[in-house]
Amino acid sequence: MIELENVSYTYGDGELLSDVSLQLQPGSFHFLTGPSGAGKTTLLKLCYGALLPTSGRLSAFEQDVARLGRDDMALLRRRIGVVHQDCRFLDHMTLAENVALPLMVSGQAESAQKEDLKELLNWVGLGTRLDSRPPELSGGERQRAALARAVILSPDVVLADEPTGNVDWEMSQRLLRLLVELNRMGKTVLIATHDLSLIRAAKSRVQARVLRISQRQIQLAGADL
Amino acid sequence: MSKSTLRNLLQRDARADRVVPPTGYTAHLTLFVSGAMAFLAVFALALSLASGRLADRWATELAGAATLRINAPTEQLAAQTDAALTVLGQTPGVASARALTAEEQAALLSPWFGADLPLDTLPVPQLIEIVEGEPGLDAAGLRLRLGAEVPGAVLDDHTRWREPLVDAAMSLRRLGWVAILLIGSATAAMITLAANASLAANAQIIEVLRLIGARDSFIARAFVRRFTFRAFFGAVVGVLFGLTGVLLLPEASDEGGFLTGLGFQGLGWLLPALIPVLGAGVAFLATWAAASRKLKELS
Repeated sequence: MIELENVSYTYGDGELLSDVSLQLQPGSFHFLTGPSGAGKTTLLKLCYGALLPTSGRLSAFEQDVARLGRDDMALLRRRIGVVHQDCRFLDHMTLAENVALPLMVSGQAESAQKEDLKELLNWVGLGTRLDSRPPELSGGERQRAALARAVILSPDVVLADEPTGNVDWEMSQRLLRLLVELNRMGKTVLIATHDLSLIRAAKSRVQARVLRISQRQIQLAGADL
Repeated sequence: MSKSTLRNLLQRDARADRVVPPTGYTAHLTLFVSGAMAFLAVFALALSLASGRLADRWATELAGAATLRINAPTEQLAAQTDAALTVLGQTPGVASARALTAEEQAALLSPWFGADLPLDTLPVPQLIEIVEGEPGLDAAGLRLRLGAEVPGAVLDDHTRWREPLVDAAMSLRRLGWVAILLIGSATAAMITLAANASLAANAQIIEVLRLIGARDSFIARAFVRRFTFRAFFGAVVGVLFGLTGVLLLPEASDEGGFLTGLGFQGLGWLLPALIPVLGAGVAFLATWAAASRKLKELS
């Protein structure tokens, strides 16, 4: 589904990732951990095409990402839902409009949008906050709204970058439950987090592969987590 | 750009339009620039059309006429005039020729010498008015023949002063069109600047849209539509003010000469209606080019 083969990424004079290989199989669940600045976000950005490898091969849905045109890249991103650490909402639009943005940009009819949107926002527990603006939401609500926006197009892959970074334990468990539920629906999930307690909590709910980035390389984490 | 792309770019989509916040100084700048430029374009158009009319009038009024002047001693004047009229009567391309009466000649001189000029005491040459007909006057041939038969005759076919006048009017008309082109170019430049400023101010929004799978055409559409409609409405207001200004100009009159004939005539009044359409077209192309360029710079 998404495959990195001997991928390296260099920014300026510094190499952030070196000779990384990774396969995200359909329906799999992955945690990506490592200290801050290890390259977790960089790896996620490579996965959704926001960055292109300096060397190596990156393919998604059997397409060489480096060779995709701009329109094809846009289509690829519709198949990969991303929960950004800072959520990236448009503050002048309501929560409902923000969550519906992917539907809007993909040209889906407004009537279809309303039904999907209501169902989805109820699923993440924000059914009563449709008309709120992003600055009015709490950290947990923003993260759940970001998750709703990431999955509204029913993508094959969901990538989450530190989704529990700004929320309390209870909310992080709630978000984890939603992500596990998505995985049970057949979605491939990759969560970048430095929160080891989140990974431990997930062990009882889902069979997850835990990857660790260390010294610019990716390794399968041991049982010490 | 295909027809469907063009249609998509202009098709109104209220939800998509909300993606870019409708605020910022670029909105006011676009409205003001397109309004001011449309106002100036109305006057440039009026000047160009009036110059064209003037050039046509001067060319047609003077092209079909010539004047023969007989400079001779008083005792030979009548004989040479008769000889000249005979020659003219036999010349192909002369529809009619007649000697001006003493009163007519006095009327021609009165603006310079006054109405009470004693013309009969002065050695005034006799003027003969020639109206040109088919197949056209051969001025060079006529001069040769007159030189032989009427020694005091001087033929003036008006070319000497008609051509510079027509050239001047045509130059004025060209200047009008150049002014319109410059106004269009300046509008395009200003709208490109405003669009670039708007795109830069909304860079984060564009990035979010790209990340959630928006195509460049979707993003460009939000900006292109907005600038196109702003330019159109600004130009409509500018044209209305411009037409009001033209209406307030004095009516055309012989006394006022060229300056009082600057307005539009007949169907010419409809031409300013094209200015908002052209302004919107300029804004559309300028914004589309700016948005395409800017989006390609982003990942």
